[in-house]
Amino acid sequence: MKEVAGYPDALTDKQFHYCPGCTHGIIHRIVAEVIDELDIREETIGVAPVGCSVLAYEYFNVDMHEASHGRAPAVATGIKRVHPDKFVFTYQGDGDLASIGTAEIVHAANRGELISTIFVNNAIYGMTGGQMAPTSLEGQKTTTSPFGRDVREAGHPIRMSEMLTQLDGAVYITRVSVHDPQHIKQAKKAIKKAFKIQLEGKGFALVEVLSTCPTNWGMKPSDSIEWLKNNMMETYPLGDLKTPEGVE
Amino acid sequence: MGEKVLMKGNEAIAEAAIRAGCRYFFGYPITPQSELPAYLARKFPEVGGTFLQAESEVAASNMIYGAAGAGARVLTSSSSPGISLKAEGISYIAGAELPAVIINIMRGGPGLGSIQPSQADYFQATKGMAHGDFSLTVLAPSTVQEAVDLTMEAFEIADRYRNPVLLVGDGIIGQMMEPVEFKEAIDPDELPKKEWATDGAKGREPNVINSLALEPEDLEDHNMKLKAKYDKMKEEEVRYEELYTDDADIIIVAYGTTARISSRAIEMARKEGYKVGMIRPITLFPFPTDIINETADRVDDFLAVEMSTGQMVEDVRLAVNGKKPVHFYGRTGGVVPSPEEIVNKIKEIGGEK
Amino acid sequence: MEKEKSVVFNEERCKGCELCVPVCPVNIISMADDINSHGYHYAQVKEQDKCISCAMCATMCPDVVISVYKEE
Repeated sequence: MKEVAGYPDALTDKQFHYCPGCTHGIIHRIVAEVIDELDIREETIGVAPVGCSVLAYEYFNVDMHEASHGRAPAVATGIKRVHPDKFVFTYQGDGDLASIGTAEIVHAANRGELISTIFVNNAIYGMTGGQMAPTSLEGQKTTTSPFGRDVREAGHPIRMSEMLTQLDGAVYITRVSVHDPQHIKQAKKAIKKAFKIQLEGKGFALVEVLSTCPTNWGMKPSDSIEWLKNNMMETYPLGDLKTPEGVE
Repeated sequence: MGEKVLMKGNEAIAEAAIRAGCRYFFGYPITPQSELPAYLARKFPEVGGTFLQAESEVAASNMIYGAAGAGARVLTSSSSPGISLKAEGISYIAGAELPAVIINIMRGGPGLGSIQPSQADYFQATKGMAHGDFSLTVLAPSTVQEAVDLTMEAFEIADRYRNPVLLVGDGIIGQMMEPVEFKEAIDPDELPKKEWATDGAKGREPNVINSLALEPEDLEDHNMKLKAKYDKMKEEEVRYEELYTDDADIIIVAYGTTARISSRAIEMARKEGYKVGMIRPITLFPFPTDIINETADRVDDFLAVEMSTGQMVEDVRLAVNGKKPVHFYGRTGGVVPSPEEIVNKIKEIGGEK
Repeated sequence: MEKEKSVVFNEERCKGCELCVPVCPVNIISMADDINSHGYHYAQVKEQDKCISCAMCATMCPDVVISVYKEE
C-alpha cells in the first residue's frame, strides 16, 4: 500500500492546541507538506507570530523564531540577511499582520525581502478572545464590536493583499481559502509557488489564506465553513492579485 | 595596536564594531548618532557587511532580534526616543537570551526633548528599559578611545552572557574628535559557531528562539536563570576607574562626559586645597557598588554629578548605604555643567579651606 | 490476517470537529459513540472496503488525524 496522505516530516508530533475545527491546522499541514515536497526542511527557518499561532514554533519541525506581535517580517528580514542561502517564512494572523504589524509587512514587501509570508485571515482576534480585527467584516459582531462593526467608527475591512500589490518588491500576492478539499489543494499549490519564488530569488511573496474561527465566531465548525464561504469571500475575493512570469 | 587616527566618536564606534567582527547593522536615523550608521553604510560594502535602514526603530530592534537569533554579531544604534521604541525588541532579545550590541547616544528628554547631550536615560538603561525582569550590561565610555575599546568588548560580553549590551554615550562623546587606536580586527568567520542559532536544522534537532513560557514554573525558572546571569555579571564584569581615592575627603561619582568635566573640576579644587577624588563607573550595570561602599568608610562626602535631575545618584545612595551624605549636582535639558559649577558645589560641601 | 486498511484515523489526535464527515464522497465517516482521552467523539470509518483512498478527509482534517493508503 502506498501512502497518499499522511503525517509530514516538517511537523513535530505535538498535537495542535487549536480549537476543534479551526483551520489553522490545515494551513500548518499544507505548509509542512510543501516544505517536505521541496525538500527544504533542513534549510528552513520559520518565524512564528503572536496570536493563536504563537505556538507554531512547537509544531513546525524546522528551526523556528518566535517574534513579537506584528514584527515577524522584521525578524525574518534579520534572519534572511544573515542566511541568504536559507529558506525563511513567516506565519502570521490578521491581527498580527494587518494591524500591529502593518508597517513591518509593507516595508518587508517593499524591500522585496526574499521571504515568504503565510497570512491567515479569519477576520477576528482569536487568542485574545474574539476582538474586532481590521479585517473584520462590516456588521460583524465581536467582543469589541458587540453591535456589529460600524464602518463609520471603525473603518472598513482592510484588504492587505490588494494594498501590497502596489509595491514593486512584492512579486506574488494571492488569496486562497481552506474551506473545502479543492480549495485546500489550490491553497497548497499557491504556497508552493510562493516558496519557489523565494528559492529562485525572485522577490517577496505572500499567500493570504481565508480561515475560520469557530470559537470566536460562535459557530459549529461546519457552520463556520459555510460562513467563510458566504461572507468572507465577498469582501476578500479569491485569486492571484499579482503573479510573476515563469513560475509554476 | 595600529597607529593613532583622529576620529569622531560616532564614526569611531562604527569602526570598532567592524573590527569586532560585526557585519550586520539595522537602524533608523536620529540625531545625534547619525554619523554612526552613515559610516557603516559607507564601509560595510568593503567587508561584505549588511547595512539596512529599517522603517522604524521598532522594526530595527526586531531585525537585530532575528539576526542575533540567526547567530550573527549584530549592532543597532540610536538616541533616546529611538531607544524607547527599540525597547520592545530589546526585551525579547534579553528574554530569548541573544547577544546583541545597542548604542544609545543620549539626548535630552522626555518626549522629543532636545538633541543636546544628556544622561537622562540612566534609569532606562539600567532599570526600566522595557517590560519584564531583565537587565542589560551597560557600558559608559568617557573618551572616544574608551568608546572604541568598550564597543569591541561589548560584542565579547554579549556573546559570553548571551545578553544584550548597551553602550551609552551622549552627544559630546558621539560628536567629539579624538585620536584613537584600534585593536586588531576580528575575522567574523573565525568566531566560534553558535550551536543554538537558527541556521537550518541540518542533521540536528530544530533550534527555537523564543521568549514565551506559558507555565508559571517554567517562566520562573527562566527568570531565575537570567538572574543568576546578572548576578554573575555583578561578580565578574564591574568596571570603574578611581582618581585620588587614596587621600580624598569628597568623592565625586560621575560617568561618561560628566566624569571628564568632573576630573577637570577635581584638579581645580585640589589646587585650592580641597581633597577631592572620583569613582567613575565604566559599567552602569553592574554598578560599582562595592568600591563605593568601601570608600564610604574613609571619606566624608559623596557627590554625584550627572546631566539629569538625579538618576545615578540613587544607586550611589544605595551603595553608600547611609554611611555618609550623598550630594547631587546636575544640569539637564542639554545643558552641560562647567568645571567651575562643580568646584562651587565642592566648596559648598567642603566648607572654607 | 485482516485486509490492510485504506484509511487510518489517529483517534487520540481527533477533536471531533466533523469537518471530514461531509467531504467523504462515499459517506463512510461517522463519529464514534466512544470518546478519546481528551473527551472528544472521534471520527471513524467502519467500512474500510468502501474507502476509495481519495484522501479528501485527510485534506480537510485540521489535526492531521488521518492517513490514507492506496493499492500500488
